Amino acid sequence: MREIKYEDIVKAVKDNIIYSGTNLPKDALTALNKAYKEEESPVCKEVLRQLLKNADIAASEARPLCQDTGLAVFFVKVGEDLKVVGGTLKDAINEGTRIGYEEGYFRASTCVWNTRANLKDEIGYNLPAIIHFDLVAGDGLEIEYAAKGGGSENVSRATVLPPAAGREGIIDFVTECVSNAGPNPCPPIIVGVGIGGTFEKAAISSKHALFRTVGTTNEDATLNDMEGELMTKLNNLGIGAMGMGGRETVLGVHIEANPCHIASLPVSVNVQCHSSRHTSFKL
Amino acid sequence: MSKTYHLTTPLSDEDVVQLKVGDIVYLSGIIYTARDAAHKKLIDLMDEGKELPFDIKGSVIYFVGPTPPKPGDPIGSAGPTTSYRMDSYSPRLINEMGQKGMIGKGKRNQDVIDACIKSKAVYFGATGGAGALLARQIKSAEVIAYPELGPEAIRKLEVVDFPLTVVNDTYGGDLYKIGRAKYEIKES
Repeated sequence: MREIKYEDIVKAVKDNIIYSGTNLPKDALTALNKAYKEEESPVCKEVLRQLLKNADIAASEARPLCQDTGLAVFFVKVGEDLKVVGGTLKDAINEGTRIGYEEGYFRASTCVWNTRANLKDEIGYNLPAIIHFDLVAGDGLEIEYAAKGGGSENVSRATVLPPAAGREGIIDFVTECVSNAGPNPCPPIIVGVGIGGTFEKAAISSKHALFRTVGTTNEDATLNDMEGELMTKLNNLGIGAMGMGGRETVLGVHIEANPCHIASLPVSVNVQCHSSRHTSFKL
Repeated sequence: MSKTYHLTTPLSDEDVVQLKVGDIVYLSGIIYTARDAAHKKLIDLMDEGKELPFDIKGSVIYFVGPTPPKPGDPIGSAGPTTSYRMDSYSPRLINEMGQKGMIGKGKRNQDVIDACIKSKAVYFGATGGAGALLARQIKSAEVIAYPELGPEAIRKLEVVDFPLTVVNDTYGGDLYKIGRAKYEIKES
């Protein structure tokens, strides 16, 4: 049994939140640079230029990349032989989130669903964090983190297709989702697709797919092939950066698939804006 | 070919009718921030026949909820939020109160586009996710109403050369439709 201190988790979470809110990760930067170089549309090229300049200013002056500093989303792999001393793991992640958002001068964006009152004084600054736990063998602790903005979350969709819809049905659903979203989710976007499992499993997979490094290939040949087809199809929509008409609409399509019920084919699409603030760390 | 303009608020009919979809505008002067919660309060005041907390005639409203300012700064990161949430409020402010400009990102509905034609107003797009860059063009910020709304409070901002693109003009044009049609590749 390995022991880990509550305070060490709080500090690591806080540091990673502040860093990723102000420093666009390398994969997103590389993808934006490539889009900037290849974009033919002058208006979209200017948007992409502003985004690269914005990333530069944010990193050098330690300012939030975007005023929507998001809800804090975590995927946590906890070893069965790990013990947190001094508090619970969930509390440590929430505490690190609260301190990180407050000390980083990030926005508190959680509210009551009906009154829309901000929860910063009631629950804590930008709390609660959204945490997905997975229990694994060993004594490790692996935390994946992303700041998820509202604009791209608002265009995300989930459905359960009839199994006969198959590959084509999934591609049509994803295309329709991105086409309808148009300029709203701040393109160029990254598209996370979750297939299979149950209704909620597909949704969680589509979220987790967004944590994959942009520009990497899918290890599953069938899914990799679908990702390639979707990339072409979605870029052909002509939406472009900020929807102003251009070639560079999608920086990546990431698919995660799960076994599913013989009667169903759940599909979920989770959209990530160009400000893809994510990181992972081990403790 | 798109043109570039330098305009100062408040905007007049003459200022806005010259603008066409895709034009670049560098805006200077006083603008006001409001998101949906603040818009609802403005509409409630109109319904009650009360005075609004700022002079809305000729004004430009920026749909933004900034991050808190770092010490010594007027404002934190301040890029546009998605505008459709204001669609049910904007037409009345344009048609009845003389608002001339909106700054945001994303699609507007037909009611907003119609109001832009009828009462001569323009919807500008700013680059979403460029909050650190755009904040540099904001020289001062002051909360003038609804401080309880936090990031959603109404702020009076002084901006210099704030970079914008005309998305909906006074002629019913829509950059999101025109631009997309130009670059769409139809499958054979």
